[in-house]
Amino acid sequence: MKPSREQQLWMYEQMLVSRYFEESIEKIYMEGKSPAFNMANGPIPGEMHLSNGQEPCAVGVCAHLDADDVVTSTHRPHHVAIAKGVDLDRMTAEIFGKKTGLSGGRGGHMHIFDADVNFSCSGIIAQGMGPAVGAALSRQLQRKGGVAVAFLGEGAANQGAFHESLNLAAVWKLPVVFVIEDNAWGISVAKSASTAIERNDQRAAAYGMPGHFIPGNDPLAIFEVAGEAIARARRGEGPTLIEIETYRLAGHFMGDAEGYRPEGEKDALFAKDPIPKFRNHLKASIGWTDADDAELVARAHGLVDGAIAFARDSAYPEPEEALEKVFV
Amino acid sequence: MSNAITMVEAVNLALGRAMSQDEKVVLLGEDIGTNGGVFRATVDLKAKFGNKRVLDTPLAETMIAGLAVGMAAQGLKAVAEIQFMGFIFPTMEHIVGHAARLRNRTRGRLSCPLVLRAPYGGGIHAPEHHSESTEALFAHIPGLRVVIPSSPARAYGLLLAAIDCPDPVLFLEPKRIYRASKQPVEDNGVPLPLDTCFTLREGDDITLISWGAMISETLQAADRLADEGVSCEVIDVATLNPLDLDTMLASVTKTGRCVIVHEAPKSGAVGAEIAASLSERGLLELRAPIARVAGYDTVMPYYRLENHYMPNSADVIDAVRQTLEFA
Ligand SMILES: Cc1ncc(C[n+]2csc(CCOP(=O)(O)OP(=O)(O)O)c2C)c(N)n1
Ligand SMILES: [Mg+2]
Repeated sequence: MKPSREQQLWMYEQMLVSRYFEESIEKIYMEGKSPAFNMANGPIPGEMHLSNGQEPCAVGVCAHLDADDVVTSTHRPHHVAIAKGVDLDRMTAEIFGKKTGLSGGRGGHMHIFDADVNFSCSGIIAQGMGPAVGAALSRQLQRKGGVAVAFLGEGAANQGAFHESLNLAAVWKLPVVFVIEDNAWGISVAKSASTAIERNDQRAAAYGMPGHFIPGNDPLAIFEVAGEAIARARRGEGPTLIEIETYRLAGHFMGDAEGYRPEGEKDALFAKDPIPKFRNHLKASIGWTDADDAELVARAHGLVDGAIAFARDSAYPEPEEALEKVFV
Repeated sequence: MSNAITMVEAVNLALGRAMSQDEKVVLLGEDIGTNGGVFRATVDLKAKFGNKRVLDTPLAETMIAGLAVGMAAQGLKAVAEIQFMGFIFPTMEHIVGHAARLRNRTRGRLSCPLVLRAPYGGGIHAPEHHSESTEALFAHIPGLRVVIPSSPARAYGLLLAAIDCPDPVLFLEPKRIYRASKQPVEDNGVPLPLDTCFTLREGDDITLISWGAMISETLQAADRLADEGVSCEVIDVATLNPLDLDTMLASVTKTGRCVIVHEAPKSGAVGAEIAASLSERGLLELRAPIARVAGYDTVMPYYRLENHYMPNSADVIDAVRQTLEFA
């Protein structure tokens, strides 16, 4: 399954939006946090996990989903949320802790929930997986159609929840796809220090489902493999496990000194940045011009700048709002 | 003379001290080795003691707690870090289901000495799991000690005591005051007693009871009230399970009034347990109802709302005034 011209341009545009979004958040996050870095300061306090470099995973998978399909994401959710069609204005406002945010500014960047497009997050590692399996079960039992996709990091694949979820999804042939974004690191712990096998797709065999490994952080390859896995789930043939080799171009979270990275690793990753690579591919394959590119980049930036202006201009929630909606 | 250090440095100092004194002490947790912990509590310990004493585990909290139980059963003393208290719930499987009851279950033949450390509480304006105070869930468990320091020196002494202790200990570190102030801490290896409150300030008019990061708000309130001529006794509970009710009761017997201050939501929290116990044992000594200044019964809200959520010294002063005016 090869992506059409429109699908490729959609993926590319989502990647541009996502990258510029992260770059913008990165700048704003640092406001008020220098010279002394204090996480509690600035217009966006708390932890901030950016997804720069991991955009291909989001777009290659979400290209096959519509608003009705379910996605559970992680503590590093922005790229996936954008590709899933989460309302960018309200997501940005949520990150800023504003009243107009998706959760009224109470949840922040790790708790992006948009029921309109069936998108949710778990800041607790691997714990988006059980709910994805449950969502798939719900669709299966109610014969409602649709699939669920659980995103996770390679570090999460050593949580019990990962193994429990894979097992049950396979036993009950649920319409769910598990997507591991393997960025080689769980904070400071290298994959090789936490996982005895090189590739997590090998684990699929143990649970009785197909497993695929996609090297090279390549959106086109991801599109193909994810397309088949999602189609298989839609046909009622059960789950698939996909591991994608991807690159974390930022620190684990903002303020991470990244002392654990071997020398030169970051430079090597930047040399493989998927966005210029995709641009070159488009130029070579569909006659994409610099003028086309400038136009799309401007559109992507406009969207993000608009969302940030919306967030900045929005009011903070009233203190009393924190007390609402605990019970019905 | 000893250097003035922060609470997180005092934790590091105590860990290093315990590891040099007893080779059975082994640290484990996520990102604690090479990276020195996300809050830097274990910084340099891997370099000093090697990768057999400081273990970077995979990301798997149930297993971390299970390892600690098994290590205890076979003669090691695990001091495990849970990166944030919000990620601690999977450990309850082992801590509540096994560690806390092993002594009782085996009629004292076995015990389960281990320490689970976790940063907890508000103060970095992070959402939910990264800011909550769920100590009451654990203080409810018979056999599990719950200890919370409120200063660098108490962090040092109490952590040494926790590591020495033959019972399982949950050691909660208030991240808001990890770096809030410095205090000289002598690295003398002397533990502080578990199971006793610390009376930080003596007074006659009212007893203020608190723990963790709320101690500094409480002490500030006591300072300001002193200017108005109100003499506050301030007690740092420090060990939330088992509770040192004798110290608290003696104080309340003297003052006749009591305000309890904590940042956890009010309902079903440790403040409720203290108030109920003091009332049971000291009702006739009380001249006003025991007041509680606490967090709200809601999910810890993000960012701007955190300041509204967290009790502060002004809230404490209000509660003290109301208690004094009662009769
Ligand atoms: C249960 C749990 N434990 C610990 C954490 C703290 N934490 C946040 S992200 C992270 C590493 C996750 O690694 P991985 O799954 O590979 O995802 P990545 O950050 O690389 O995207 C850790 C340990 C958490 N959020 N939840
Ligand atoms: Mg990772």
